[in-house]
Order: sequence, then structure tokens, then C-alpha cells
Amino acid sequence: METVKLKGGSPIFDKIFKIGVTIAGTYVLAIIVLIVIQLTTNSYQIWAQEGVSFLTGSDWNAVEGSESYGAAPYIAGTFVTAGIAMLIGVPISIGIAMFLSELAPKFLRSVLSFVVELLAAVPSIIYGLWGMFVFRDYIRDWIETPLNSALGNNVILFSGTPFGLDIFTASVVLAIMIIPTIASISREIMIAVPSSQREAAFMLGATKWEVFKMAVIPYSKSGLIGASILGLGRAVGETMAITLLIGNATGQSAFPSSLFAPGQTLSSIIANEFPEAANGSLHMAALIGCGLILFVIAITINIVAQFLVSKVLKTHQGAVLA
Amino acid sequence: MITIEQRAEFRKHFRNNISRRVATDKIVKGIVFGCVLLAIIPLGSILFEIIRNGVPVLSIDFLTQPPGAVGSNQPGGIGPAIQGTLMLIGLSSLIGVPVGVLGGIFLSEYGNNKYGQTIRFFNDVLAEFPTIVIGLFAFAVIVLSLGYFSILAGMFALSIIMLPIITRTTEESLKLVPVSYREAGYALGIKRSVIIFRILLTSAKSGLITGIMLSVARIAGETAPLIFTILGNEDFFSGFDQPVDALPLRIYRLANLPYDSATAQGWGGALVLILIILSLNIGIRYLFLRKRRGGSFRITTGG
Repeated sequence: METVKLKGGSPIFDKIFKIGVTIAGTYVLAIIVLIVIQLTTNSYQIWAQEGVSFLTGSDWNAVEGSESYGAAPYIAGTFVTAGIAMLIGVPISIGIAMFLSELAPKFLRSVLSFVVELLAAVPSIIYGLWGMFVFRDYIRDWIETPLNSALGNNVILFSGTPFGLDIFTASVVLAIMIIPTIASISREIMIAVPSSQREAAFMLGATKWEVFKMAVIPYSKSGLIGASILGLGRAVGETMAITLLIGNATGQSAFPSSLFAPGQTLSSIIANEFPEAANGSLHMAALIGCGLILFVIAITINIVAQFLVSKVLKTHQGAVLA
Repeated sequence: MITIEQRAEFRKHFRNNISRRVATDKIVKGIVFGCVLLAIIPLGSILFEIIRNGVPVLSIDFLTQPPGAVGSNQPGGIGPAIQGTLMLIGLSSLIGVPVGVLGGIFLSEYGNNKYGQTIRFFNDVLAEFPTIVIGLFAFAVIVLSLGYFSILAGMFALSIIMLPIITRTTEESLKLVPVSYREAGYALGIKRSVIIFRILLTSAKSGLITGIMLSVARIAGETAPLIFTILGNEDFFSGFDQPVDALPLRIYRLANLPYDSATAQGWGGALVLILIILSLNIGIRYLFLRKRRGGSFRITTGG
């Protein structure tokens, strides 16, 4: 009688396989550690030269002999643009998420969710192109000029000459870009609220808005905050659209004073000045130093956000995917 | 005893109260619907402008020729950029897909412990990383050590961006395979690795392909990391030690040129890019996601 050969795999291959996949999983961790090491060593020169004043100073001079670098205006620019984008984007996103999870009829739900996800899929560079050649004119003529002529003399926020390529335009486009992120995660978090919560409120005679206020919001609050912080993380790291729209000021003048003045963010200064910086120069070290600051800001924001969101979605399949 | 007058009073209060609440409800519904419209208008405007400005530029020459001299009457085309983008997608997938799938297998099959949780957490963090930082990293690791800008540095940067997406979707789709499949395999005395290869990966195939296509759609539009890695040039691919061009990078360069012809070409490039990305997206939607409840996979913009 013929013996049957079992094709079950060998135990040795099993062990090798386990080691292999563990290495593949560890790759992610290794990359993050390597990013820290590489950014630190390659920007060491600037920290040695400028010390803390790289964080607090506002001079930015790449002329050899009188080189001086301070990233404070760009750090401020990063937070100001991201902050304004959050102010505009978060309420709208929560509104969209509420519509998608509570109000919309079934057929609209899937269509609109798809549209929101398409918005998220449009590359940054295309938002930049659209912002530069289309949106800029509208925002300048319809919002900036009226605000400036009405309030420009009294409110410093609206002073300056509206040109269209400034902090305000960049922030609004940034808001448009983070809305899909925040909206779709918020929607998932709201869907994860057990329907018994809603039913209990409905049973008391609550209207849809009251149900939302009494049952959905308290239950999903920390997740919604997490979703917003995730949007903040994206806004902070956003590069191409900002680079095309913010007007690219450098040095002292890049400090955000008016909404209608050109500014600069950490990411846009890197993208703008990188082609001009020579390898190994102090200028290059300064740009990589900006990258390191951006890294620290982004990873802090992300860790907080992931922690909050994953806590809420832990039991919910799908969690948060980029 | 409640009198008739009191009862009428209560009724009046109740009516006032309910009409106020219903009115608030209606106002909120209106505002929320307004939010949705606000989000759709930019998308509509972007698509409209890309088609309006991009379609007139399209021609065979535009898609296949290298760019002409800056500001000259010969605008040329975006051939090298399209070639570069396709090559970058292919090469980054060479690293990103195997490492990502294996990482996903690790998280799903061997990751039910502290270490797995840590990896999962940092995988999610890496997925949300500013891509410009990843570009700087690839510049420091590859470009500085090799001494030249090249497609290799670009592929390294983009593979890091696609990796967490593939890892996560692989994990999610492997977890959807019923435990009984695994148990059936064990009952037959099959080793774990063979179960994963033969049974799990086959059952989770559509989820895996979805993840890969999502990550491809994501890196196709990445611009920021390319500035530091492939640099961009005007010629077709000429070697692994030379700078190459890519579609998003070309759009960026064209948008910065002060000529109307360059701007028009930028719109043309944007049309080609958005067609690639939208077809990937809609393809995924109709091929795979329709079978699922909702869409737990999401794509996002790049830096």
C-alpha cells in the first residue's frame, strides 16, 4: 500500500516564518527609531551653533558669513494655520458626521460617505493648484477685501493688503483638506454608539437634535476629540498646498501678525528652501532641524490622538486607518 | 383636583415647549445639511476646474513628450512624469507590499500580546506621519549616503508611506477570516505557516488587494517626499543614479512657473493624476468594498 505523504509543512519552516513576520512587524518600529536618529544627527550642527535660540529666534539668514537661523516664526505659523483650520474644520466635520450617522436617509448615506472619502483622496498638490488659481481669487474678492476695508484700520487681524496668498487662504484650504479626515472618523465613532442609547432618549420624546446632544455626544466625546486631534496632526504636517498658498515670508516678517499677511510654516520652509541649501551646510542642518521640530510636534499630537480614538473604537472593528 | 383652567394652562405650556424644541431641531438639521453642502462645493469646484482647464491640454504629445524649454513656444508634455510615477509605484510596491503583508500577518496571527499592541500603535502613528519628514529621512539615509538623487530614494520614501496602510488592511482582512478555518487546518495537522499561506491569505485576498490599491492611490499623489529624493528633471528614466520626474512633482514645478502655458499644463497634469487616483478609488469601491458593511478602509491625502 502506498504511503500518504502529508503536506503539512515542516516545523523548522514554521519557526523561520514566525521570525520573518516578526521582523516585518518590527520594521515599522525600526523606521521610527531611525527617523529620530537620522534627523537628530543631521541637524546636530544647527543645535550646536544656535542652541535654544533656534527655537526662539526669528532671524533667518542663509548668506554665508552672517548665517543665523531661528525657527520661531515658522513654529508659530504652523500652529496658527493649523489652529484656524481646526476652528473652521472641526464644527463642519462634526456636522457632516452627524448628518451621515443620524439624519441622512440610507441611499444618501453611502453616496455622501463616498464623496467625503473622495475628498480625502484628492492629493495635496491638487488642492494647492486649485487654491492658487481658483480659490484665491474668490477668497480675496469676497472675504478678504470686504473684511479689510471694513475693519482693517481697527483690527490688526484684518490689516495688511489682501493679496490672496496669505495665512488666511492657506488656513481655509487646510480646513477643507482636514474636513474629510475628521468627518469620516467622527462618523465611525458616532456609528459605534450603541443604538440602545439613542432609543432610550427617543423613548423620552426627544427630538433628533436632543438625542444627539443627550445620547450620542456624551458617549462619543473622547473619540470626537481624538478625531479632531488626528485632523490637527494632519494639518500640522501638510506641505504642498500650504507651500503654494501661504506666500512664503521668511525671518521676522513671517511672524503671523495679520491674517492677510504672508507667512510660513515648518513644512513649507523646508519644501521652499531645500533646493537652495547645499549638502552639509548650516542651512541644510537648519532645514532638517525644522523637520525634527515638526516630527516632535506631529508625533506628540498623533500619539495623543491614536490613544483617544483607539480607546473608543477598541471594540469596534476597523479601528482607525490612515 | 386640577381644574379645567389649569389643564388648559398645562396644555399651552406643553405646546409652547414642543414647538420650540421642534424648531430648534429643524434649525440644527438645516445647519448640519449646510455643513455637508459646504464640504461638497470644494470637491465640485476642484473637479470642474480640473476638467475645464485640463481637457483642452490633453493630446498624445502631451502624454508622451518630455517638457519643452521653459517659457518657449514648445510646451512639450509630461511623458517623463507619467513614466516616473508609474515606475515609482511599481518599485515602492516591491518593498511596501511584501513587508506590509508580512507585518499584517504578524499583527493578526502573532500580535495578540504587548509587543503586537506596541507595533500596532506605532503603525497607526506612522500612517499619520507628515510625509515631508519621511522625505527628509529618505534624503538623509539614501541620498546623502549614495551621493546622488535617484528613484531609489523616492521608492524608499514612498514604501514607508504605503507600508502602514497595507499592514493595517492586511491585519483587518485576516481577522475577518473565521476562526473555524484555522481550526480546520490545525485539525488536519497543518503547520501554522502553511495555514496562513494556503488558507488565510487566499480567503482574505480581496481585502489584501484593496489595501494595496489604497496605498497605491495614496502614494500616487505624494509630492513632498519626492522633492528630497527624486528631485525631478526633464528627461525620461536614464538610470538608477539619476534624478527622475513624477506627476505630482511636475505639477508643483509647473504651478510655480509664471507662464500661462505652464499653468495650463499643470491643470493637464492634475487631470491625469486625479484620473489615476479616482479610478483606483472607484475601482476599489466597486470591486471589493461593496461586499462589506460600510467602508472601514479609508484613503487620505498626502503631504
